[in-house]
Amino acid sequence: MAFPQPRPQVPQLPQHLLRTIECQQGAVRAVRFNADGNYVLTCGSDKSLKLWSASRGTLLKTYTGHGYEVLDVDSSFDNSQLCSCSSDKTVILWDVASGQVTRKLRGHAGKVNCVQFNEEATVMLSGSIDGTVRCWDTRSRRYEPIQILDEAQDGISSLKVSEHELLIGSVDGRVRRYDLRMGQLHVDFIGSPITCVCFSRDGQCTLSSSLDSTVRLLDKSSGEMLGEYSGHVNKGYKLDCCLSDKDTHVLSCSEDGHVYFWDLVEVSLTLKLPVGKAVVQSLSFHPTEPRLLTSMEGHVQVWGAEPETAAVEDS
Amino acid sequence: MASDEDSDEDFVTYGTPLEPLEEDEPVRKPVPVHEQTVKDEKGRYKRFHGAFTGGFSAGYFNTVGSQEGWTPSTFVSSRQQKAEKPNIRPEDFMDEEDFSEHGIAPREIVPTDDFASGKKDQLKDKARAVSSLAALIPGDTGLLEELIAPARSSIGVELLRKMGWKDGQGVGPRLKRKQRKQNDDAVKVYGCAFPPNGSEESEEDEDEFAPENVSFAPKDVVPVDFTPKVDSHGLGYRGLNPLQALGGGSETGHINLFTLQSDRTTSLFGDRNSGQQRRGGIGGQAFGVGAMEEEDTDIYHKDSMSNYDNVLGGEEPGDGLYGWTAPQQYTRKKNDPKRDVAYLGRILDGFTLASQVTEIKTVYPPPDLPRDYRPVHYFRPVVDSSTVSPIVAQALQASRGRLSQDAPQQGRHSLDSSQRCDMLGETPLQGPSSVFELLGSKDRERLNEIRRAATEQNKSVENLSSAVDRAAVVASAKAAALQALSSRFQSIAPQLDSHTQSQTSPTKSQASSETQMALKAWSGPTADASKTFKPFAENPLKQARYDLYITKLKQGNKDALESSLDSSMTEWERGRERDEFVRAALLYKPSNSSLSSRFTRSKHEDDTDSVDVTRDQENDMDDKQAAVKMKMFGKLTRETFEWHPDKLLCKRFNVPDPYPGSSTVGMPKVKRDKYSVFNFLTITDSSQVSRGAPSASKPPSSSSTLPHLTPEVSNKKSRWDIPGQEPKDPLSAFLSETRSEVLAAKNQTDSPHATATPEVKVAQSDGKQTEQKTEEEEKEEDEEEVRPPMDLFKAIFASSSDEKSSSSSEDDSEEEKEVAPPASDPIQSSAETLNPPVSAQSTPAPDISRLTELKHLTVQSMPSAETTAQNTQSSHSAPAKSQGLDEEEFGPRLPPPGFIPSACSPQLKKQKKKDKEKHKAKKHKKEKKKKKNKKHKHKGKQKKRVEESNSSSDDTDSNSEDENSVVSTSELLQRLKNIRSKREHI
Repeated sequence: MAFPQPRPQVPQLPQHLLRTIECQQGAVRAVRFNADGNYVLTCGSDKSLKLWSASRGTLLKTYTGHGYEVLDVDSSFDNSQLCSCSSDKTVILWDVASGQVTRKLRGHAGKVNCVQFNEEATVMLSGSIDGTVRCWDTRSRRYEPIQILDEAQDGISSLKVSEHELLIGSVDGRVRRYDLRMGQLHVDFIGSPITCVCFSRDGQCTLSSSLDSTVRLLDKSSGEMLGEYSGHVNKGYKLDCCLSDKDTHVLSCSEDGHVYFWDLVEVSLTLKLPVGKAVVQSLSFHPTEPRLLTSMEGHVQVWGAEPETAAVEDS
Repeated sequence: MASDEDSDEDFVTYGTPLEPLEEDEPVRKPVPVHEQTVKDEKGRYKRFHGAFTGGFSAGYFNTVGSQEGWTPSTFVSSRQQKAEKPNIRPEDFMDEEDFSEHGIAPREIVPTDDFASGKKDQLKDKARAVSSLAALIPGDTGLLEELIAPARSSIGVELLRKMGWKDGQGVGPRLKRKQRKQNDDAVKVYGCAFPPNGSEESEEDEDEFAPENVSFAPKDVVPVDFTPKVDSHGLGYRGLNPLQALGGGSETGHINLFTLQSDRTTSLFGDRNSGQQRRGGIGGQAFGVGAMEEEDTDIYHKDSMSNYDNVLGGEEPGDGLYGWTAPQQYTRKKNDPKRDVAYLGRILDGFTLASQVTEIKTVYPPPDLPRDYRPVHYFRPVVDSSTVSPIVAQALQASRGRLSQDAPQQGRHSLDSSQRCDMLGETPLQGPSSVFELLGSKDRERLNEIRRAATEQNKSVENLSSAVDRAAVVASAKAAALQALSSRFQSIAPQLDSHTQSQTSPTKSQASSETQMALKAWSGPTADASKTFKPFAENPLKQARYDLYITKLKQGNKDALESSLDSSMTEWERGRERDEFVRAALLYKPSNSSLSSRFTRSKHEDDTDSVDVTRDQENDMDDKQAAVKMKMFGKLTRETFEWHPDKLLCKRFNVPDPYPGSSTVGMPKVKRDKYSVFNFLTITDSSQVSRGAPSASKPPSSSSTLPHLTPEVSNKKSRWDIPGQEPKDPLSAFLSETRSEVLAAKNQTDSPHATATPEVKVAQSDGKQTEQKTEEEEKEEDEEEVRPPMDLFKAIFASSSDEKSSSSSEDDSEEEKEVAPPASDPIQSSAETLNPPVSAQSTPAPDISRLTELKHLTVQSMPSAETTAQNTQSSHSAPAKSQGLDEEEFGPRLPPPGFIPSACSPQLKKQKKKDKEKHKAKKHKKEKKKKKNKKHKHKGKQKKRVEESNSSSDDTDSNSEDENSVVSTSELLQRLKNIRSKREHI
């Protein structure tokens, strides 16, 4: 039905370590690919935000301006702007090239957990521990949010934006989907505090991981559960989960130092990728290729489907 | 002169008094006339002149002109500059005085004629026309006057014009055509009309073709001409009408020279007798015979004297009005009511004058009052005996022979809803029956501990030596309980007090009635400290003291108030706080069960007076949690609300606004008033208290909790706690204690029920999981793990109470059939095992019925080996029930399983299959259950033994549980893991 049929050839999983980037910015809170997957953004606990080349692993730029550790970052579709959020309750819009702060938006009452651009980078959405999602206008000079979504009864842990939908996971154990086109709010009760939500690439399903060490794939329209993926450990940290580039696998960080790969349809554990000993806190999947970023402690690892020739060439 | 000593006060003096004359002073010489001076307003001397000169100065010192005499001042004699011709105005020759207010040319602001309206004053014209007819010169319509007089209209006329009035119209509401028609019997006149009547005529000509729906302005009222009589004619003689006389009017033959005032006007305007016979053209004696004239008509008109009246008032006017009244149009039709009305004045819109005279109401005289009637009512205060000190109550009783205590039994309105519900035989409300159930397990456990401590304390106080004594106590307690129940609706203060006094430490006799009431209210079953309102939250210390007080109250501590107050405070402070506490305790006393079932826990903290509440609230989480547990995501966990995105947000997202018209943003909000409890912070009146009393004295049965509401994740103690057995009430606690003690003396064998309890819960919570297994597995599982949950449930609740006696077993089995709730309602049934049926509640001895019920519950769960027939019976009923449980664990809350797509739930097919083979399965199960029951018999007996070794009922649960829980929980976990791993392997 809505699922992409498994392709004849076995999908390749990013299981080979290509390189390890020592970020030198304290613990890496979040690691993200940019929109096209050529660059890597890392959020450090030393208040800095760093831009890396994904292919070479070289530091391109450091963005400083936050007052406390940076928690999440997102890049605009045209790579011209970045938005980041921090524990200092601010959301900052950066100019990528100059590294200057374009706008610093205050308004959240607590630390801001997650931030996202919309498709055209006209709106920034930030979810905070204060339970609100604020929609900031990047086009106007207003410092007030366009709208505040305060339906959540607990902190916002994760949010994603699609073309016309906002997917918001909250610690109150609910995944809320705001449909702007229909003017509706769909609340899915999960029960356990949500750590991460994401859309499937086909936009028909939502993936949500919660603190009961379960990742659930829900049908977007009906809210029915299509798959439940468990086996990893997620008890206390805000760990990321995501879908692979072709929607074939479900990935989740784990507190036991692995990244778990489940087959989306068969709900079976395909791969248990050992990353390290500590908690794999954040991960990001390349938008088009089988490439994976994981962050653990102070470094970021780049994983590919096969041992990269470029890396060999480099060395 | 005027200043006489006596007359000073009596007389009013005008003017300035003259100086008193002194006799020595020589009389002043009068100033001669030529020496008297007069000054003008500027202080200049004025000269008086002779009469000829007019008394004022003319010119320069009696000269006319200036100092130079007559030489004109403007004269310039030069060649270059000729003398200009001065523009001389009359003012140049006038004196100053002439310009003053009363002078010849006053220089005041005066409206000039330029600003007066140029239109003719029609009214005046008419009046003039009237007078002109009576004037000496016939036909003179005041032309001369009109030429001279400036056209000027008063402000009233101007205003009327502004309001739409037009010249020639009357003033007043517009009329329909027909009404007007009646008034004027105007006759059409063709041809040229004569000046005085012209305006009228043209107006009336148009009347003919006026449509129905057009209203017209009323006819103008001609001002009555009160022209003074200036001529020397006789009274009423008006002279010869020139029109008649000249215009051929003579042909009628009769010329009326006398008219009364009333019809003079009409003759002028309305009646046109004169014009009736007129033909076109001008004719008359003076002009000879025209070409158009018939020759035969007498050219030389002979006027005969018979045409003239000689007498004044020849005929009666016929209107019966002698003298002047209203104008003719009103006087004409007297019998027409509308006319009268019109004359009376305007009737309000929408009203008409009544056509019939209203009947006069017959007024009856008031009834005769009895002789000793006094128009004063004395309200006798209803005094609750519990609220007032006994002395006062007695005095009151003596005074009026009746206490309010027996009143509530009669009044329908004094019953509360649950009591009415009982009487009607309705099923009690669903939901938590007390606030106690909404508690977290920890809090409940804490409370239980407190209670337990209290009961133990009580136990230590009482020293009953022999079993006989105990039996006696039990008997008395039962009797008291009966009494308490029968007088449930009344305040049971005396009974309760007597009991508590016998048990607890000696109470203070001088405890005020209020504290007693508070005690009553709080020692009730629903009382709970942690969830109660905190009235002194601002002052933590005070709140702590209050909490202490409340907890002590709940323990039934009589001197709770005194002991909980801070001894370091001053006497005055303590007194005040005492009052506050008692009042607060009364005010925030726990609501009774039926009330609390209507409320749920608040989800938000409110701190403003009125709060915006989202219109659509998410519904209760319990259902959802259950659904999540069963992994039934979808409709059960999904909720959809209306949500309004901001317009700008839509714009930024390139999405059309889903609600183009609405201005709301976010969820639709509803304004709700929030009431603070402090709004109602007043001293509770007696009625409130008396209403509160029954809630406190409710039988413990009503406050039992539903087992499915007990939270799953909790520590062990609270998990296996049996809320239904908790002593909620000092009275019931005492009863159960004594009962269990007596029975403990009887029965020496043990019954370890508690070991079985954990399995029950597991079976319940994992009921769905077990269902989802394959049949073979299921069979095995059934054998191993899935116990008959219902039975064991009942066993739990029966565990602490007495054991069944073998003698009563047969009766019980019969009873069981009756009482056993239908299997279709598992939750209900489990609840009802705790709640005695409604009918049982209304029976006079609930405790006994409860007792028996509990007995047969044990029977049901533990079928005795001796009576096989009974065994089969019970086993028949038990599996049926358990089946019901299996199928509809969350039955009433969830939709039928069919709605879930078959793809994602293969186990559901199985379920259907099961439904198909229901009978088979039932049989199977029955057999299984039988086996199980047999299997359990030994176990059960062992359990019994274990349990009954614990003598005290309250400690039984916890103790036995402590013993067994370690094993059972570990076992339980193991099993759970097994299940899970199995599932994963699938």
